[in-house]
Amino acid sequence: MTKKMDNTTRYERLLDRYRNGDIDRRSFLGLIGAAGLAYGVQTPFARHALAATDQVRFDGWGGVVSEAFRQYAFDPFTAKTGIAVVDGTFGGGDEYLSRVKASQPGEYNIAHLSGVFDYARYAGLGFASELNEANIPNLEYVIPKLVDVYRPITDGKISCVPYDYGTTGIAYNRKYISDEEMQEKGARILIDEAYKGKISGWSDWRTRIWFGALQTGQDPNDAEDMDAVWDAIRTHRDLSLKYWTSGAELMSLLAEEEIYVTEGWSGRIYALQEQGHDIGYMDPPNGYGWQECLFVIKGSPMEACEELLNFMLAPETSIAVAEGQNYPPALDPNKVDLGEKIPTLPAFDPTGTLSGLTFANPTYWNGHEADWSKTFGRVQKGY
Amino acid sequence: MSVEAREARQPWILLSPALTAILLLLVVPLIFILVYSFWLRTATGADIAGFHLDNWQEALTDRFYRDILLNTLKISAITTIVCALMGYPAAYFIARARGNKAILLLLLMLPFWISYIIRTMSWINILGVSGALNTFLLWTGVIGEPVQMLYNQTTVILGLVHFLLPFMVLNVFVSLDGIDTNLEDAANSLGATRWESFLQVTLPLSLPGLAAGGLLCFVLAAGTYITPLVLGGPTDAMFANLVFEAIITQLNWPLGSALSLMLLAVLGVLVMIYNRYLGMAQLMKGLG
Repeated sequence: MTKKMDNTTRYERLLDRYRNGDIDRRSFLGLIGAAGLAYGVQTPFARHALAATDQVRFDGWGGVVSEAFRQYAFDPFTAKTGIAVVDGTFGGGDEYLSRVKASQPGEYNIAHLSGVFDYARYAGLGFASELNEANIPNLEYVIPKLVDVYRPITDGKISCVPYDYGTTGIAYNRKYISDEEMQEKGARILIDEAYKGKISGWSDWRTRIWFGALQTGQDPNDAEDMDAVWDAIRTHRDLSLKYWTSGAELMSLLAEEEIYVTEGWSGRIYALQEQGHDIGYMDPPNGYGWQECLFVIKGSPMEACEELLNFMLAPETSIAVAEGQNYPPALDPNKVDLGEKIPTLPAFDPTGTLSGLTFANPTYWNGHEADWSKTFGRVQKGY
Repeated sequence: MSVEAREARQPWILLSPALTAILLLLVVPLIFILVYSFWLRTATGADIAGFHLDNWQEALTDRFYRDILLNTLKISAITTIVCALMGYPAAYFIARARGNKAILLLLLMLPFWISYIIRTMSWINILGVSGALNTFLLWTGVIGEPVQMLYNQTTVILGLVHFLLPFMVLNVFVSLDGIDTNLEDAANSLGATRWESFLQVTLPLSLPGLAAGGLLCFVLAAGTYITPLVLGGPTDAMFANLVFEAIITQLNWPLGSALSLMLLAVLGVLVMIYNRYLGMAQLMKGLG
């Protein structure tokens, strides 16, 4: 039988040759030294090269969302496949895009991106990968509308799988604002003088403009009077205690009663309600609906990423994560039994058509991104 | 090789690791930033390489940037003055303490063991509507309903003072500790009161430390963006927030590069003025 030629066999043979007198002592020690040097030099790099295939980096929104992903998806996935998931967090898609832009290919792998406009921006900057859908059979459980919206952006292919959806509605403290008042005032409550100093809002330019459009009676996806929108944003700024910059800060401001009313992410507000806070939540007409996806960045280990995506889309995983993060999953309720909790979550659509939600038009929003994000930066600071 | 030649090379050999680190970690990135500041950002967020003065023209002529820069310098100056007023007595106490100064210095360094962001956020639990101070004032009946104390320029300055005070105390302490106490005794024996000997002997001799601490506090305050983000209101942004927004939120690296170099230049001028009149030796001593 032929003995397998590995390093141990090589060293044994070398030792035999030395003992047999085939090579002198100086040559033997020189060869051993060279082998040691080669091992020492290549090992650190080999570790990195090997690591690329047995670990995947995932970046998301932090807080209760990241906890749900870790507990219900990443840990079971690692236990099943041996592929470690390193998870990081970001405060928003813009911030994360900047980090990806500054990174080396393969440094960031999967991101929990919000909105089709983020997908379009990342694709436009050349960060889109190409998923092999055959490796993600659980994609068949996803609401078709959520998948189809991505295809035209990336030539019929997809770089992500839809994962959940939600709304940015208005959250209010019921101790100070009644449901009736909320229904009556809608989005305009955020520019109501009566609550000066007790109002807040997300420091995201899209959200501010969206609600500015609602407050001025315009279509958020086609506002014609931007001066009126900016004025509404200025009014909101002057009445606000501060802008919040993360989901954790949103929850803290509401829970501590620093503010009474703000717009907020549906899942985070649900989490506050679960904690026992008497916080109401309302989606005004034309409220801000969004879908989130798991976007694979170009240069990532595709097979490992696809394996993770498929695992995360498995109904049992997806439902557990959805229940943990309080956002409805992208699974089609006509194909999958979503259990008892999910139908109670805010923004849940039992029809699977999502016809009741208004999503941001990526062409419209990305077309104005450079101008509006800069203008908002000034308006935000008092200009 | 001659002994003279070897001796001439020796300092460069010893300095080479530090010089290499400075070159790779400071000079090269600064050159990248300088080059970037002449590029342009397209509507999609991609950059156009080239030599364009648009970003510099905007940064230098737009009133928005000038106003925020002036506001930043004002906040930094107030912070520095408050740090000096609060830090000097503390440093004096430590320097003249008869007990173990090491323990006092250790206590001074204790806040550095906690993350700067956590320390900044701790003010929310102290000054918030349901924070410790409001709860205490409500409990004692001093106020009838919670007072809104957070998210304004005062809390930004408070957060900065909290962060920077140890730097001031350390610098002043180093300066005071180096003063021969016999000089004060001599002044007293010549008829000066303790207050006069402090004003005419100790204070002038400790001014370099005070100036070094002031410079450090000012430069660090002017470059911060976390404190206004956490403790400031909607209009309390500082210049570093503009850099952060240009680079991170707006993905406008070229403009962000121009803005960051602009801030660097303003602070660089301050350091040069300091060096011209006081020299960097005192600053190095304080940092050491």
